[in-house]
Amino acid sequence: MHSTTSEPAHVNEPVAPLAAGTEQALKIAVVGGFGVGKTTMVRSVSEIRPLTTEETMSQAGAGVDDNNGVEGKRTTTVAFDFGRITLDETSVLYLFGAPGQERFWFLWDRLFTGALGAVVLVDTRRLQDCFYAIDRLEAQGTPFVVAHNDFGETEHSLEDVRAALDLDPDIPLIRCDARERASAKKVLIELVHHVRFLITKGAR
Amino acid sequence: MSPHRGESPDRLYVITSGRSSGADDSLDAVTLIVSESAPAPGMQSEHADILRLCVSPMAVVEVAAHLRLPVTVVRILLTDLIDTGQVTARHPAPAPSPAHPLASPDVLEKVLVALHNL
Repeated sequence: MHSTTSEPAHVNEPVAPLAAGTEQALKIAVVGGFGVGKTTMVRSVSEIRPLTTEETMSQAGAGVDDNNGVEGKRTTTVAFDFGRITLDETSVLYLFGAPGQERFWFLWDRLFTGALGAVVLVDTRRLQDCFYAIDRLEAQGTPFVVAHNDFGETEHSLEDVRAALDLDPDIPLIRCDARERASAKKVLIELVHHVRFLITKGAR
Repeated sequence: MSPHRGESPDRLYVITSGRSSGADDSLDAVTLIVSESAPAPGMQSEHADILRLCVSPMAVVEVAAHLRLPVTVVRILLTDLIDTGQVTARHPAPAPSPAHPLASPDVLEKVLVALHNL
């Protein structure tokens, strides 16, 4: 895989700048276990090559002196990828790929605040990787759909997957190929439809 | 794969002048940052980089990715620039949700149209 980590930053050359009047940014999170295809899905629909950055959290409990600065604090760092889709002259949608395991979750609480919704990407070889993410999204009330990323070797029906995940019947479960733009796009459209369904249902 | 590999804690300490807090809490990952002035001579290089990057609006995470610095550090740097009026922040309005059904009602349609056109 091509890596640019050792090259100097070209901060003078931002790629694909947003329109000057862009005011509103929306977020959709793609959550899942390691290697399930989160970045692949982001790349399939993003107008920019996915970028990577890090969120660092100091796990400063009570009694930790702020003057200690960086030293002496236990910090957790998690890398995440993101891409974007320009919606129009005033708005842009950011897509985040985030590892969904329990030990990372405290970092996402903040990231997901105000998000339009989430896609939980699952792989039937490691379904357990997404249990925690599903629980947390339900608890937070963040709308989500579940997408079974399948590279054409399906052995499990969607009914089996739904049963294994113990998924509420209201939550959409779809099969996708994260490598395909059309397929990744369908998943995101499904999520937006689901958000609309939830809003309409709530208004009734 | 870490984008900040080799980034020593010492360097991050210097960039933030030893601060690990004091960042503006309202800075969301997708708050859009816009430069209001050009880099001045003698300015800290990271601040100058941000002013160059944000000539067009750019989200906080994107600034962090381009600078190859953790988001936490970038929030501190951005707060410095906001406090001195050198950049402005365009905070995201809440997305429409079951909890905020009336927030930006046309947003969902806008997203659907853009996705269909991809």
